[in-house]
Amino acid sequence: MSDSKETLGAQTQPHYLDESLAEYQAQVDKVNARFPERKQEFTTGSGDSIQRLYTPKDLEAQPNAFDYEQDLGFPGQYPFTRGVQPTMYRGRLWTMRMYAGFGTAEESNARYKYLVSQGSSGLSVAFDLPTQIGYDSDHDLAEGEVGKVGVAIDSLADMEVLFDGIPLDQVSTSMTINAPASVLLAMYIAVGEKQGVPASKLRGTIQNDILKEYIARGTYIFPTAPSMRLITDIFEYCASDVPLWNTISISGYHIREAGSTAAQELGFTIANGVAYVEAALKAGLDIDLFAPRLSFFFNAHNDFLEEIAKFRAARRIWARLMKERFGAKNPKSWALKFHTQTGGSTLTAQQPDNNIVRVAIQTLAAVLGGTQSLHTNSKDEALALPTESAVQVALRTQQIVAHESGVANTVDPLAGSYYIEAKTSELEEAALAYIKRIDDLGGSPKAIDAGYIQDEIMDAAYDHQKLVESQERIVVGMNKYIVEEPPPSGLLKVDLSVGERQKEKIAAIKASRNQEQVTDCLTAIRQACEGEENVMPLILEAVKAYATLGEICGVMREVFGEYQQSVSL
Amino acid sequence: MSEVKQANPIRVLVAKPGLDGHDRGAKIVARALRDAGMEVIYTGLRQTAEQIANAAIQEDVDVIACSILSGAHNTLLPKIYKLLCEEDAQEDILFIAGGVIPDEDIPGLKEQGVAEIFTPGTPTTSIIEYIQDAVKREGKL
Repeated sequence: MSDSKETLGAQTQPHYLDESLAEYQAQVDKVNARFPERKQEFTTGSGDSIQRLYTPKDLEAQPNAFDYEQDLGFPGQYPFTRGVQPTMYRGRLWTMRMYAGFGTAEESNARYKYLVSQGSSGLSVAFDLPTQIGYDSDHDLAEGEVGKVGVAIDSLADMEVLFDGIPLDQVSTSMTINAPASVLLAMYIAVGEKQGVPASKLRGTIQNDILKEYIARGTYIFPTAPSMRLITDIFEYCASDVPLWNTISISGYHIREAGSTAAQELGFTIANGVAYVEAALKAGLDIDLFAPRLSFFFNAHNDFLEEIAKFRAARRIWARLMKERFGAKNPKSWALKFHTQTGGSTLTAQQPDNNIVRVAIQTLAAVLGGTQSLHTNSKDEALALPTESAVQVALRTQQIVAHESGVANTVDPLAGSYYIEAKTSELEEAALAYIKRIDDLGGSPKAIDAGYIQDEIMDAAYDHQKLVESQERIVVGMNKYIVEEPPPSGLLKVDLSVGERQKEKIAAIKASRNQEQVTDCLTAIRQACEGEENVMPLILEAVKAYATLGEICGVMREVFGEYQQSVSL
Repeated sequence: MSEVKQANPIRVLVAKPGLDGHDRGAKIVARALRDAGMEVIYTGLRQTAEQIANAAIQEDVDVIACSILSGAHNTLLPKIYKLLCEEDAQEDILFIAGGVIPDEDIPGLKEQGVAEIFTPGTPTTSIIEYIQDAVKREGKL
């Protein structure tokens, strides 16, 4: 809002601040006459209008006047606006979890050991695209892609190498895997068994969020309905057999990377969360058994205050939905836990050192927003996969925020800020409007099939691009303060021979395993897919017999078919 | 979106080769080219080199604009160009690409048929101007 008179007129009752606000306004008018403000209208990173000043009056605006107990409560208590634990980072710092993986399992294993030695407190596995789309490295469509954006995993043999020397009862592992999540989770359980760690002690997360793949990330395989069924199979299996595992990471990260606003990130992500809850309830699961294992994944962009408000709003929206809409009774079902990654799309290929500063701001936002774990991007990620030294700076950024900045010493320190609270409520309202719209369209899967969510994001992305190109939005080093610079050097290169080495490994596995056992396992999976039996235990048997990822997903492709993307511009 | 209608518009195939799911850039470029008056066909995700070359020939496009962020550019882009050559279409179609492509890979890709590479941060106006100039220069319309 460019003029706070609008706020002044919002209430008819006289307010104790009216007089002093009028004085302030007169002062502003005087200053503006001589030194006009830099812009006619100020907006957030998402393009929302932002007032010159926020005061107690903004929190008292009817009909939703701010109420401490109802809107914030205490940390660890409903509606969890101030955080999911009573002591937050005074008890334990967030998990510093760096997403990593490239080349072969051997190379990635070495990077994980390096990260752990540098103080990383949890692992986060990046898989290559063929793995994410359920193809073995020797598939035609895998050509040129093997080991490029993550590690190549074809069979349990690769997974054994990936976690060699890493005791699975002592780390928590996040795996960015969606369409074939059940297969990779089964391999992880099998590696645990070989290490003597029972599934009941495994801690970690699978992303397992197919809806945002259709919306924004693109590594889908099967159509919507069988994909949702595979997800509820995992919920059910883990509730009994892998109770400490986070069965899904409902992700706004990629929605934001695709160009959404902060409000859309919240609205679309939580609408997807609603769809998963509804699917699980429809499958007959008890909400208070599976809901505590749901987790979320958000983006931390550059607009510091807007992002902090976004994280706080996410917790409040979810708590209220779970309690009021779904009737969950377990407080753990109400608490929204989330991982954060700093915003990849905010990084520039130009003057990459500047990215360190962006990541530091985003790190602070995530921490002040109460994240449970954090990945910080490396400065060279607009150019290539990060080098070890760039990753070290990114991890050190978290450690500096944790140990030197002081922000981790008190819980939710920005609560009560007039702007933060007003923005938290505003984002909550905007997100709920998107959720309502998606409910009206019949829920997230239908809204995706209709292209509604994709179109909304695309419009926001295109608007942003135009603002950057017209320099209405400044990106330092890219559209302003530009310098001539030599081409970047010392980038990470993935060895081209990875594909060949993986092909040899697959051939060796296929020659040495019990083929009859593999065939039986695959037949059992086919039958379960055709019927209603939970497919998870059968996938576990198949991976233990060294059936490959491509073979298992191939059987499921035959039964379920493949998702056809609706393309619109 | 405002569309500038032209009598004889430049036809562009915006394509996503390989398994890469990042389509924000491809879609933004596609919209910007359309808003600049070009006729744009967007392939959607997961296109093989064969699918892209065939679509370009069948749709009789003037330009193929590939977007690739997965690191598979050195494999997939030359393959598309080779297929165009096999159909004798390489002279009629301007072949350009964009995405996360390291500078050191660019000379090699240009030797293997990619006319120009646009890296992160390129304004869409630069791409539009490049296409308009190149198509005019080649007398393709």
